[in-house]
Amino acid sequence: MVRIEEYIPWVGQAVIDDLRLLGERLKGKVIQHINSTPVGGGVAEILNRMVPLLRELGVDTKWGVIKGGEQFFEVTKKFHNALHGRAEEITQRDFEIFMETSQENIENVNTDADIIFIHDPQPIALIKKKATNKWLWRCHIDVSDPNEKVWGFLMDFIVRYDSAVFSAPAFSRRLPIRQFLISPSIDPLSDKNKELPQEMIDSVLRKYNIKKDKPIVMQISRFDSLKDPVGVIEAYLQVKKYINCQLVLAGGTAEDDPEGFKVLEEVREKAKNDPDSHILLLSQNDLEVNALQRASDVIVQKSLKEGFGLTVAEALWKSKPVVASNVGGIPLQIKHKYSGLLCHSIEGASFAIKQLLSSPAYAKKLGENGREHIKNNFLITRHLRDYMLLFLSLYHPEDSVYL
Amino acid sequence: MTELIRAKEPFKFCTRLHLSELTGLRASTLGQLLALIKEVPASCIYHHTHRFLQQHQYLSPEPPNDFAYWVTDTLGEDELGERLVSIDTMQYSTIRDLREKISSTIENYLKDSPLAKLKFARSGEEFHFIKSVNFILPTNYVAYDSLEFAEVLKKITIDSIYFHIFEARLRLEKPTNDFSCWIENSLGDKELADKISGFDPYTRTLEDLRKTLVQIIEKRISG
Repeated sequence: MVRIEEYIPWVGQAVIDDLRLLGERLKGKVIQHINSTPVGGGVAEILNRMVPLLRELGVDTKWGVIKGGEQFFEVTKKFHNALHGRAEEITQRDFEIFMETSQENIENVNTDADIIFIHDPQPIALIKKKATNKWLWRCHIDVSDPNEKVWGFLMDFIVRYDSAVFSAPAFSRRLPIRQFLISPSIDPLSDKNKELPQEMIDSVLRKYNIKKDKPIVMQISRFDSLKDPVGVIEAYLQVKKYINCQLVLAGGTAEDDPEGFKVLEEVREKAKNDPDSHILLLSQNDLEVNALQRASDVIVQKSLKEGFGLTVAEALWKSKPVVASNVGGIPLQIKHKYSGLLCHSIEGASFAIKQLLSSPAYAKKLGENGREHIKNNFLITRHLRDYMLLFLSLYHPEDSVYL
Repeated sequence: MTELIRAKEPFKFCTRLHLSELTGLRASTLGQLLALIKEVPASCIYHHTHRFLQQHQYLSPEPPNDFAYWVTDTLGEDELGERLVSIDTMQYSTIRDLREKISSTIENYLKDSPLAKLKFARSGEEFHFIKSVNFILPTNYVAYDSLEFAEVLKKITIDSIYFHIFEARLRLEKPTNDFSCWIENSLGDKELADKISGFDPYTRTLEDLRKTLVQIIEKRISG
């Protein structure tokens, strides 16, 4: 298990000292995180890293997962898509299914901690159990243009929380409760982000039969229509008319995402006539993701909607030039033409990829700037600090808090 | 080397950490931006004029404020952007005065260029007002003389330097800072104190500021 001291080479001793000071101020408080899946997807990944570190900092932290059957997760996936603004038919029965499973969880999940930290909409109805303790709702998804029917349904729960947390300013709206901006983070010591020897990178390429004879354009993301993998193939095919390159689309599916395999089939169909397209369904293997990212010449994240887009932070941390959509939390990570290139369309993505492949020095500079930006703002130590401040804010309503 | 004076009361380094609180307020036009600048809490004006200092330490040291960035980048009003970015933050030791300067700059521009009122930010690129919630806590670092002071300066976080230099100006509502106050009052070194309060910290990155402070103090110690 990683120890907090191991981050000192990246962020300095004083940053860790500050975290310890905050941990001391939270002594005696018990915090319980609750989400819907222990593996797969960004939320589980972050909690897996953060919970042990919070404990080491002296913050008594627990993590629980709600239960739900196939029907429940189909409904929550529909909610997820609808909140991202996609057309979804949501029926009264869907809301009933959501409430039936929520009721079972309300009866079975223990919520005695001082602070209950609910992640995303799936466990949101647990707020019905709120006693005198503090409750936080963390929204990890892009709700800049949500389906109002679903948002209205969730709003009845949201207003009962003490505070809400969003990943980008565009997701906020007038709410009767306090709302905070906290970006997610990456962990420089995790298997997904740590330095790797070249032999390991080469062996992963060999495993997937990827030769290094032409530049690699890559998108690593769950197979999810909102990540627009089909759009990535179209952009790549436009680039390939001028530059001989290859495409790697790699990703897995999350336990709470029943749509993944359908999208994967669509992608395979779209790419089947191009021998330089590699479509890889990865099992949960962070070292391989790391190796593939490091082997790339350009990394793409052409999402249509994006809660934050941790894959962008991962790519920038590896000093890779990135082309990504100007959606959700991505513009917080990329300043256009300074730490990457932002795009709004397939044509825009294609043009940007061509620019980067044709100008390696420019691409290198963008990657270097990107790494600095991630180092200063999106590492797990900053995230730990923000969460601890958030917990403290529940007991301090003022704008300047002297601890 | 000059003889070191040992203070009776040590300098106690604090750190200032902040959370960004969303207000849900947004502007799509210059008119809306101006109206909101006039009414949002002071902690919002503070956030949008000081955020860059901590978040973009590697960028050029100019003091880009969020208003200038949005006006230039999103609305394409380069001239107003330039006027906003060149507001000398050092001149204003209160947020009240800084807010007044920003709003009068926009108002004057709108009088000269009424067509600018018609420009809209596209959906998703509105200006979102955010406020800073500050948490101030003492660290375990203390210094009794200038040598210890320089040593601590080398290792404390930039958040701590930020608190004692930038936040102090606004807290004290005077063109000085915590370091200069202690050096003058506890070490009796007015010359060094004046030197530190005399330079414009807004034109440097925080890491540069740290290096400069250490150099000035070490030079003073070595005589």
